[in-house]
Amino acid sequence: MTNRFLARLGRIYLGLILFFLYAPILAMAAMSFNASEFYQLPFRFSTEWYERLWRNDEILTAAWRSVWIAVVVTVLATAAGTAASIALFRYDIPGKRILQVLLFPPIAIPWLITGTAMLIFFFGIGVGRGTPSVIVGHVALALPYVIVVVTARLSTFDRTLEEAARSLGAGPFTVTMRVTVPWILPGIVAGALFAFAVSFDQFVVSYFLSEPGDTTLPVLIYTAIRKGFTPEINAISTIIIGLSMAIMLVAARYAKFGGER
Amino acid sequence: MAVVRTEGLVKTYGATRALDDITLTFPDGGFFGLLGPSGSGKTTLLRAIAGFVIPDSGRVFIDDAPVENVPVEAREIGMVFQNYALFPNMTVAGNVGFGLEVRKVPAAERKRRVAEVLDLVQLGELGDRKPHELSGGQRQRVAMARAIVTRPRVLLLDEPLSALDKSLRVEMQIELKRIQREVGITTIFVTHDQEEALTLSDQIGILRDGRLVRHGPPREVYDNPRDPFTAQFLGEANLFSGTPEPGGLRLADGTLIPGAPTATIAVRAEDLRITLDEPAAPIRLRARLRQRIFAGAMGTCVLDWRGNPLKAIGRDQDFAGLPAQGDVWLSWDSADMIPLSEG
Ligand SMILES: Nc1ncnc2c1ncn2[C@@H]1O[C@H](COP(=O)(O)OP(=O)(O)O)[C@@H](O)[C@H]1O
Ligand SMILES: [Mg+2]
Repeated sequence: MTNRFLARLGRIYLGLILFFLYAPILAMAAMSFNASEFYQLPFRFSTEWYERLWRNDEILTAAWRSVWIAVVVTVLATAAGTAASIALFRYDIPGKRILQVLLFPPIAIPWLITGTAMLIFFFGIGVGRGTPSVIVGHVALALPYVIVVVTARLSTFDRTLEEAARSLGAGPFTVTMRVTVPWILPGIVAGALFAFAVSFDQFVVSYFLSEPGDTTLPVLIYTAIRKGFTPEINAISTIIIGLSMAIMLVAARYAKFGGER
Repeated sequence: MAVVRTEGLVKTYGATRALDDITLTFPDGGFFGLLGPSGSGKTTLLRAIAGFVIPDSGRVFIDDAPVENVPVEAREIGMVFQNYALFPNMTVAGNVGFGLEVRKVPAAERKRRVAEVLDLVQLGELGDRKPHELSGGQRQRVAMARAIVTRPRVLLLDEPLSALDKSLRVEMQIELKRIQREVGITTIFVTHDQEEALTLSDQIGILRDGRLVRHGPPREVYDNPRDPFTAQFLGEANLFSGTPEPGGLRLADGTLIPGAPTATIAVRAEDLRITLDEPAAPIRLRARLRQRIFAGAMGTCVLDWRGNPLKAIGRDQDFAGLPAQGDVWLSWDSADMIPLSEG
């Protein structure tokens, strides 16, 4: 009796969570296909906003900029993060524990503060605003995610595999590429997807570190909303959400660490 | 093939002396069994030879060349790990061919040599399988094939059979010996199983707390263990100590053992006779039978002599007339007494 009651309660609770998570998104997605500019009902299906989006050079330029920055950041952060994880796993570097612990706070520090700090830093060292600063900033934000995910996967790795490879004549580089990396590949893929998402969704750091005019998509959306909402923004947001969700689903699949292949 | 030699190897971990002055020669083409209880330093010695462990002092020589500046990957060794350490992302053929691939052996020759060695370990058909699709015994054979296909100078085996169940273990012991004979590689084999070491090895070395207690051909070491540790570790030996007198050895309970050669002697469990009536033999003791253990063809009797546990092993019919418990007579022939050095 009570069990069935609790089960039902649990299901309702889960339903509510999903509702509050997805209802706004679904509403926005629906409105991006509504013909009315002022979100008026009844709903009339239209792809007009997507067509307008397609002709909107400002948005397309910003989107392209966001994508290529995210790709560069993903490559850099994944390579650096994976190398760091393997080094931390393999060698007893002095202060290793402190180093590992220090990787976590940046995940928790509000991006507003990180962004301010970065701005001060880049001006302090005389680099100032600009695309290189944005990329370095994004890499710094994404790095801890990659390291955490790859390290988790590495913890399931059997070191004797590396020893076996060495006993068979493989040098450190071959051991890494042929034995270690294949095992942690799911972690590397998941880390890369996280890195991409961190960069692609990044607002604060991009906003602070970009030169005026060099907007990324989230920055553009923010400024556009302040000027006045248009369903075009709905359309691009819907596309971003679709993409982000796809990425996260794939990442979650891979991030099921430990799975035998 | 090669002669492996260690000279004064010392390795400490904190307060633990994992290796304490190990000087030992592993003969060319021989099968050397390293034996000792858990924690005695067997794995550390093997890993020092492989190059995974850097000794605090002392040196390793392969064919008279010191190897301290040669990294593991250049020492031309083959190693079989306790858990086999097969690469999970590669097939059986991929695993076995890895060492050849790393050495840039051309694909055609590689294929031929992999097939050849898989035949040798009787896995000819399984080249395309992944390690997780194999049984324990098959994985063991793959690990062996992978270690020998590169024709290493020395083959290092760390308790390679301990993960197998008993009947498979005996089968693999025979296999291991056959394969080693066919390829003739200098082999160093670590085990804590004395029977395994005696069966397989041409030479054995016994380790205790990082020290080499004894080494030599198995038969010689078994027949003449010299010290109490070796006597008790190799086979089941019962120790007796007392005060030497002109007539023999006077034990604590007053019994005189005529003809005892040293202050401490050992008598193997299989050389003890148990009788209900007082025997005519000149060497005899009164002891208490605690328990009889039936184990198929052979049986074990657990005895107590003045608080010291003793053990006798014999065919079940040898113990036929004995009660389950009670006072009995022990006796042995004077030829069965093994002289030992220290108390
Ligand atoms: N990496 C290590 N760190 C600390 N102690 C170790 C390490 N390796 C071995 N030891 C210690 O050295 C001793 C010998 O170990 P080992 O060679 O593994 O023994 P065995 O293989 O005979 O069981 C043990 O006391 C063990 O605890
Ligand atoms: Mg060991």
